[in-house]
Amino acid sequence: MNRLRLATLWLDGCSGCHMSLLDTDERLLDLAAQVDIVYSPLVDAKDFPEQVDVVCIEGAVATDADEARLRLARRRSRLLIAMGDCAVTGNVPAMRNIMGAEAMLRAVYLESRPLKPQIPADGLPHLNEQALPLHHFVPIDLFIPGCPPAADTLFAALGGLLAGIADLRLDTRFGA
Amino acid sequence: MTTPILTLTIDGRPVSGLATETVLQVAGENGIAIPTLCFLDGLSATGACRLCMVEIEGSAKLHPACVTPIQEGMVVTTQSERLRSYRRAIVQLLFAERNHVCAVCVSNGHCELQDLARELGIDHIDFPGRYPALAVDASHSRFVLDHNRCVLCTRCVRVCAEIEGAHTWDVKNRGIRSQIVADLDTPWGTSTTCTGCGKCVHVCPTGALSEKGRSVAEMQKKRPALPYLVANRAEERR
Amino acid sequence: MHREELAARAAEHQRRLDGFAHHILVCAGLGCPDNEAIIAALRRAVAERQMENRVLVRKAGCMGLCALGPIVLIQPGEIAYQTVRPDDAAAIVASLGQEPVQRLLLPPDLPFFARQHKNVLALSGRIDPESIDDYLAAGGYGALLTVLTGMRPVDVVRSIQESGLRGRGGAGYPTGLKWATVAKATGDRKYLICNGDEGDPGAFMDRSILESTPHAVLEGMIIAAYAVGASQGYIYVRAEYPLAVKRLRLAIREAERSNLLGRAICGSGFDLTLQIRLGAGAFVCGEETALIESVEGRRGIPRPRPPYPAEKGLWGCPTLINNVETYANIPPIVRNGAAWFAALGTDRSKGTKVFALTGKIRHTGLVEVPMGISLREIIFDIGGGIPDGHALKAVQTGGPSGGCIPADFLDTPVSYESLHELGSIMGSGGMIVIDETSSMIDVVRYFMEFCMEESCGKCVPCRAGTAQIHRLLTRFQERRATAADLAMLESLCDLVKHASLCGLGQSAPNPVLSTLRYFRQEYLDRMVPAEPDGEVQP
Repeated sequence: MNRLRLATLWLDGCSGCHMSLLDTDERLLDLAAQVDIVYSPLVDAKDFPEQVDVVCIEGAVATDADEARLRLARRRSRLLIAMGDCAVTGNVPAMRNIMGAEAMLRAVYLESRPLKPQIPADGLPHLNEQALPLHHFVPIDLFIPGCPPAADTLFAALGGLLAGIADLRLDTRFGA
Repeated sequence: MTTPILTLTIDGRPVSGLATETVLQVAGENGIAIPTLCFLDGLSATGACRLCMVEIEGSAKLHPACVTPIQEGMVVTTQSERLRSYRRAIVQLLFAERNHVCAVCVSNGHCELQDLARELGIDHIDFPGRYPALAVDASHSRFVLDHNRCVLCTRCVRVCAEIEGAHTWDVKNRGIRSQIVADLDTPWGTSTTCTGCGKCVHVCPTGALSEKGRSVAEMQKKRPALPYLVANRAEERR
Repeated sequence: MHREELAARAAEHQRRLDGFAHHILVCAGLGCPDNEAIIAALRRAVAERQMENRVLVRKAGCMGLCALGPIVLIQPGEIAYQTVRPDDAAAIVASLGQEPVQRLLLPPDLPFFARQHKNVLALSGRIDPESIDDYLAAGGYGALLTVLTGMRPVDVVRSIQESGLRGRGGAGYPTGLKWATVAKATGDRKYLICNGDEGDPGAFMDRSILESTPHAVLEGMIIAAYAVGASQGYIYVRAEYPLAVKRLRLAIREAERSNLLGRAICGSGFDLTLQIRLGAGAFVCGEETALIESVEGRRGIPRPRPPYPAEKGLWGCPTLINNVETYANIPPIVRNGAAWFAALGTDRSKGTKVFALTGKIRHTGLVEVPMGISLREIIFDIGGGIPDGHALKAVQTGGPSGGCIPADFLDTPVSYESLHELGSIMGSGGMIVIDETSSMIDVVRYFMEFCMEESCGKCVPCRAGTAQIHRLLTRFQERRATAADLAMLESLCDLVKHASLCGLGQSAPNPVLSTLRYFRQEYLDRMVPAEPDGEVQP
């Protein structure tokens, strides 16, 4: 049997969704029997591989690097899951959108009287004006709202995809 | 003079109601759920949110159930693909209009907007967010008004004017720039008309109005008192 | 004042007017520059020649041809001068009774004037708007006297029903039917409202009527009040129309003094008080229920209908609400009979309609034409066509609630039905001509911005939907739109059209929908090509 090639990607988010994924406890073993995790913050692979079946993406798109990684993941994956509120709505990372990137950086790194006022730049990706949800950039196959989505929800979603359920109904909501 | 009793059909079910009742009331009495947001039992109906729109046979238009009186022989449809898509679009427009960040909201889990999204199967917002820079008015000693979470249902305006009789709240500006204001646009804490009764907080469907000191998901509202209050009033309101 | 007294007063004034050998009428509308200076200069020139007893210089209402204004009309002789300036006064006065001043002369057979059919505007530019005697001498208030002395209210209503008059404010609801509904409504008090909250960009029909013949509007209102049984009325005019307000105030005062308003009007048992209410410039207050809220002193936001104002309007009482031009149509209908009016126009759109021609057209101004005339006749014959050798691209009718009609449909006869079929509306009569140098996307985005700014904010589809549509149109304007944007645009227009509370929201998508229908290629041309892997452009 062909094992499903699963990837996960962590963009602008708190990694809570990944924690929730791990929170599926011993069911991870069932999952591991059916999938290969080919790319993830949880594994060692450095580059996003080709021919991924499912990619779960956590976080909003906040930088040009995020956008590039998202587009690469989209190109190389059959199904793309927006995992959690940051990926689905922008959520907390998008709270800065009311002021724009420049004003936000100044407010945090200069105006809040830090010990050493400076806007970090070296080796960092360029911060986009707004942090936006994934579907503003690429088509999405499944949205899983929640902050984070419950472990059960994530497990149900992956299980449903593995079982090939076309009309997947998940018991979750924004902020769940 | 007795009020005539009329019979009509809602979603294929024969039902009856008083001629003074609206489609929404009769549907509710018969356990037929129609989504609402601006409507609240006990307050005047304004037909503003457009979520309770229903189809009526023989009419090309859609009708807001909360302000549509029943008629003899009326055939009402409350659920259709078209209505559903409009309702989904309206709720999404509300999410995109302001900064509703459910995850960090005092009303998370007890929010009518959130519930509507879930009931209507909304798992993302098609429209780009507008991300307006809006203030939080925490000048009142016991309450907070967060414009970021306001859906402009005007329940607070109506409960304050119609039930409390203070008319502290109203709306300023037009269109997308509309905002709830206390008195003549003064910080809530300096309002000279607010009685501090807190009714506005408890009728607010979202986390826009909340009690101070509540953290994420802690703001639970007490709505059912309102019809009781109204029922026990001797005078009929306009 | 009774019938005989009014007749005597009119005759007396006519004798005075007839005593002058020459009348010089100066267009004195809000849009004509320097008209006061022109009048003063003409009076000086007359005085210098000591012709005060022979020449009467008077201000008059709008003569319509705003593009060539101010216009000065010499009578007798019907000599019309264009773009007159104060220093032309001496030459004009000197030419009286002689050869006209050639350099200022408007061709006497100009189709702009010759092809019009003036009914509502018949006295516009012919009488002094600030003189009730002028209006009386021209037969004014005759229709009112006919009604008060010889017609029962029900007869008046029937006459209006038989005339086939439809509301001139936009929707074209049958006026007689509206009157009949209010007349039949039960209640101790009924109200009458004149909607003068003209707000469409490019529309100035009602302003001009109020400025030119305020008494005609009053006369129509008094007849309407008698017909439906109202004893109190309001004229809602926007404060941006200071001259109209000033002339209306004066007209009401003069009518009151002459017992044409007030108690026991002209010796009858009928009372009517009229008051002016100033609007603060909110477009939505032209919507009748929002207007009523505003008259009541509240925020101008629409109420759900039904109940309609005819049943439950101002302060919960039955209320008749018509627009300025509709009321101005009443005296001629009473004077000439319903059959005369019904013979004008098309099968279902009777009478004449005033249009404000603006945009890329040679003769911008105000025209009145019979219903059923083609757009081509209005634009090319009367309007003089497109200036600077450009070609007509589209005509926008009905303002932000209307649509853009492409040049292919120029031969369509203008009626409520035909414009509706083309995806536009008659509206209040704004007609904006667009030539091939304009992008339809720009035009439509402008109108959507207007609707977004003017949305009252009460209902969600209009408040948030127009803002999203505006954002999408901006993407088209910036050539960044995608196929997904086009789909979203279409579904949002559908939502706003069908789910909004009032007419403003329900009609706000019309400019977009009509251009998607006729100028779709302009939208397609401004889209970025889809990426091979179906990615969305941010």
